[in-house]
Amino acid sequence: MSKKLKQISEKSLFFISKSSEPLFSKKNRALLSDPLDDNNPITVQVLGICSALAITVQLKPAIVMTLSVMAVMGASNVIVSILRNLIPNRIRIIVQLVVVASLVALVDQVLKAFAYDVYKQLSIFIGLIITNCIVMGRLEAFALGNGVWKSFLDGVGNAAGYGFILILVAFFRELLGSGKLYGYQVIPEAIYELGYVNNGLMLLSPMALITVGIFIWIQRARNRKLIEKN
Amino acid sequence: MENYVNLFVKSIFIENMVFAYFLGMCSYLAVSKAVKTAIGLGGAVIFVLSITVPINFLLDSYLLKPGALSWLSPDYENLDLSFLSFIMFIAVIASMVQLVEMIVEKFSPELYGALGIFLPLIAVNCAILGGSLFMQQKDFSGILESSIYGLGSGVGFFLAIVAIAAIREKIAYSNIPAPLRGLGITFIITGLMAIGFMSFMGIKL
Repeated sequence: MSKKLKQISEKSLFFISKSSEPLFSKKNRALLSDPLDDNNPITVQVLGICSALAITVQLKPAIVMTLSVMAVMGASNVIVSILRNLIPNRIRIIVQLVVVASLVALVDQVLKAFAYDVYKQLSIFIGLIITNCIVMGRLEAFALGNGVWKSFLDGVGNAAGYGFILILVAFFRELLGSGKLYGYQVIPEAIYELGYVNNGLMLLSPMALITVGIFIWIQRARNRKLIEKN
Repeated sequence: MENYVNLFVKSIFIENMVFAYFLGMCSYLAVSKAVKTAIGLGGAVIFVLSITVPINFLLDSYLLKPGALSWLSPDYENLDLSFLSFIMFIAVIASMVQLVEMIVEKFSPELYGALGIFLPLIAVNCAILGGSLFMQQKDFSGILESSIYGLGSGVGFFLAIVAIAAIREKIAYSNIPAPLRGLGITFIITGLMAIGFMSFMGIKL
């Protein structure tokens, strides 16, 4: 009897400690660090571009967006990974969408309550996390076939890789476009008096595309195995 | 009549989904290697957008808006269900896409094969959900207006993806620095095209 109970309790915990692998084994750490460079969601996997470009005029919305995406991706990867053996293959996209949509609605309400000015700035882009290909892409490619802890790490890692590019782009756009960082003036008045002018083009949407294009160029020049054939 | 035409032109050129808001970038970058597949995807997006935007408009104005349920009974006047709008919109979109997928599979297996994974991914194309969310934000007065907006944004996406596919077909023959090939140069071209499209911004309609 007690043996059976023990078996059940082991089974119910299967998603926490299936094997004796340490929580931060080398493989698991790679799940976190790979998306930052070699397998970056934006510059290599081409996922989640839409929001990366539209909200990078200033650092603050970019950081808030990164945190929201991280929360949604971590949680949705965990939920889908728990359910992965129960979801029928044919309707999996709709199931995934419902999971993601409810999490995003939650994030949306939280931001509305606690950070209203950023919420206004992000406008529809919070809602668009649902269709951010990065979330769906990782659910399809990873969470449907892997355990809970690994999926969680994969979600957080990819969100971090996404946020890394987001913050980098926002840093340059805000610095060159308005001379500020996180809303504070960093380029001193004296330089403006010498005739320096903010580059207004950096604030407009086309420069986001070109900035990301240049980052891709730099990354691939450094890491030549990423170069495309054509 | 005139303001419908204005709205149509505005949603194609001035508020172009791709160049002004970066919506639908993922499939825009991934399916733009050949003009033929780009036309297929663009057509599917036009179709899905011009159906889902009006449906979601009806849902929004008779179910979700603050006070929208007052047609049922005056007691519901203060009810605000707008926090449900994400889930409702995405459910409508996902089921419409399923329908389109079945129709395309039946009538044009060739196109179905060419679009591959991107047909189900129209459901998660930001341009589609973005169309519905912009519709909610813009507070259109009637269903005709919202259908025209949906159609116009679809045509805008179609134009953008066909144009970039044509450029990429030609650019395959030019000598680009190796690290910039593929994704990098596509980003930069899109940026230049967006600067071109910015010239429409001055037009007041």
